[in-house]
Amino acid sequence: MELNTYQQEAFNYQRPNIEKFEKRNWIWIIFFLLWIIVGVYALYLQISKGHIVTGMRDNVVWGLFIVNFIFFIGLSYAGAIIAGLLHLFKVSWGKPIIRLAQIMTVISVIVGPIFILLCVGRFDRLHHLFIYPRLQSPMTWDVLSILTYFVGSVLFLYMALIKDFAVYRDAKMNVPKWRQKLYSILAIGYRGAASQKRHLIISQNLLAIIMIPLAIIVSSILSWIFGMTLRPGWHSTIFGPYFVLGALHSGVGALIVAMWTYRKMYKLENYFTDKHFTNLGYAMLVLAAGYGYFTFSEYFTSWFGSAKWDNDVINKLFNPAEYGWWTLLANLAGIVIPISIVAIPKTRTPNWITIAAFIMVMGLWVKRYLIIVPTLETPALPMQDTRIEYVKYSATWPEWALTFAGIATFLLFFTLISKFVTVVPVSELDEVSHKHHVNPETVIVNNEAVQPA
Amino acid sequence: MNPEEINDNGRRNFIKTAAFAAVATAACGSLACSCSSKNKVTTEKIKLLSPDGEIVEIDSAYLNHQENMAVLSQYEQRQGIPGKKFVMVVDLARCKNARKCITACQKWHYRPEDTEWLSVKLMKDSDKAAPYWFPKQCFHCDNPPCVKVCPVDATFKRQDGLVLIDNDRCIGCKFCMAACPYSTRVFNWDEPEMPMDIRNLQYSAENGLPAKVGTVEKCDFCPDRTREGLLPPCVEACPNGVFYFGDENEDTVTNGDETIGFTQLIKERAGYRFLEELGTKPRVYYLPPKDRQFPVERGYENLDSTIKERFKDIMEVKTIS
Repeated sequence: MELNTYQQEAFNYQRPNIEKFEKRNWIWIIFFLLWIIVGVYALYLQISKGHIVTGMRDNVVWGLFIVNFIFFIGLSYAGAIIAGLLHLFKVSWGKPIIRLAQIMTVISVIVGPIFILLCVGRFDRLHHLFIYPRLQSPMTWDVLSILTYFVGSVLFLYMALIKDFAVYRDAKMNVPKWRQKLYSILAIGYRGAASQKRHLIISQNLLAIIMIPLAIIVSSILSWIFGMTLRPGWHSTIFGPYFVLGALHSGVGALIVAMWTYRKMYKLENYFTDKHFTNLGYAMLVLAAGYGYFTFSEYFTSWFGSAKWDNDVINKLFNPAEYGWWTLLANLAGIVIPISIVAIPKTRTPNWITIAAFIMVMGLWVKRYLIIVPTLETPALPMQDTRIEYVKYSATWPEWALTFAGIATFLLFFTLISKFVTVVPVSELDEVSHKHHVNPETVIVNNEAVQPA
Repeated sequence: MNPEEINDNGRRNFIKTAAFAAVATAACGSLACSCSSKNKVTTEKIKLLSPDGEIVEIDSAYLNHQENMAVLSQYEQRQGIPGKKFVMVVDLARCKNARKCITACQKWHYRPEDTEWLSVKLMKDSDKAAPYWFPKQCFHCDNPPCVKVCPVDATFKRQDGLVLIDNDRCIGCKFCMAACPYSTRVFNWDEPEMPMDIRNLQYSAENGLPAKVGTVEKCDFCPDRTREGLLPPCVEACPNGVFYFGDENEDTVTNGDETIGFTQLIKERAGYRFLEELGTKPRVYYLPPKDRQFPVERGYENLDSTIKERFKDIMEVKTIS
């Protein structure tokens, strides 16, 4: 594989990151593993004692697990859509962050479904989903679509990695034999020949064209698990687009946070530039406004129509004694904060945008909780049950332990993959995307950077 | 099949089932006997009451003898009892929250006190409306939201109108519980306690025994009893005859004491279905609580303090106003 000077520079710069396994990497990995071990113990309890160890009961049948499922799967869809758009429209500044978006897609589509499995009462019967599938069920649509999406997103990431694997193979890196061999296998004989280049580009374009609508479809199907029931707060025609937008919104936020973390960890300021933060910040602003609009439409029509059952849910959401403060917090954090921080030029800096993104992602997690739990706590018939745990959902420690284990798994994958491939794709870089950091005012003329007079 | 044929079939089966009950108890009384008597022409005539009110005599050889507690095939369990269309009518004017239906149901299905497949709610439709007791079991909807969403076909609709669950297949995703607008379904959050002999039974969707951890269950209209021509335990146990159970094809329902035409009952007493607007088409009809036999307080006074607690909100509002 021949690299131009910019690509060579990018590779040399990142080479130590994948060659060396530093002490702090180990510390993080052990820290994450400890969380996962706690989670595994919680899972053992849940399997041996039954779902009685969770806070879920006959009214609130879905809790934290489903909240996490929607959350992670949402991040995944956003990753695919962002990467797909940046790729298809050949956005030159986007090249360094495409891989990050693709990595996020794959990791979260692995972590997300784990949570829906945790919610299933009989682990031993999961194969029934394939031997007795019922196509009428939105759950079956979800199984099919997520599996398709998983395959698609892995291929999408892999296609984009082939060239880089060829680079790693040819560079004779200072890594164990098995890894060198693995790079060579994964590069599937890519030498940069004209026909290889052409095939790769066509495949990537096709995948990008497939992945964008696929992510939208899969996200809508996820929302239909709720939208297809008759429950107020779920049974809504805007649920499909609402979930697509929510996924994109939270995904852009997570991407900003991931960018910031890698930038700090591996000193990638030259690649993840301020421009990336600003541009993704603008995207976040627009999405936050869109999300706010959807949220408002959803609540406002429900409240104004004030059908009894609808109203019960709205009252629960806005009553300070129940979920009122959480509703306020989620909407402040998820909508108002990202808009204000990006809108004000003074706070439009990488650090501030990252803080806003982080708060927003947390806010959207709470928003998902508010979509799931209050609706389930509001059945059509009065509950009239004296067992408090049947009336009001409150998550138990095994549920929290498994939630944190999921987050730890998510972060562990991020740590490990950054030790296996370069976070910034070296073979895709060109002068334009690389040189942006020099001066944001630089004007591009015929692919050459020209300083303004 | 045109409607008349269905009706005819239903009638024939009703006769068969009723006769079986008579045969099983009066003539044979034992399982071995009822098996061996198959197709042998006997001189024994059995008197039966037809749905038209005529008394007919039939040779016992023409009757379909069934084995008691016969193990049904998966297919039979999913198909249902041929020619039947079960329906229930609940007379709200008669309910005083005696809760005998609940205990009878729990006893028949070996379920603990906390697990209520059948519950009695205290309802108050609006501020000024008078509260009333509202027994509620599975409505066995004709357009069941729970069946629609099951990903593995574990819950199914049978041709006799029942919605049942196959707990050998259920994966416990609880989607059906989220989809049911009537909070009918319950989940086995931990290992259900069952007597040893019940635990070792071969599972049958017709009575949900033995119960299984991590699966969903609910009121099943007791097809194991209706197959034998018996009424569900809740119907039998009710001291006030609140529940009328029967076959829509025969247009007859009974609460054990009196047998009435189903359409006639619904027509005369302004029967309705709960939350009709959801379009689920329940198979349970309610008769409005007009001309009540008991004041609503009667159902509250003799309750256990723990159960009393449940209805506190509505009862206290009542006493203040």
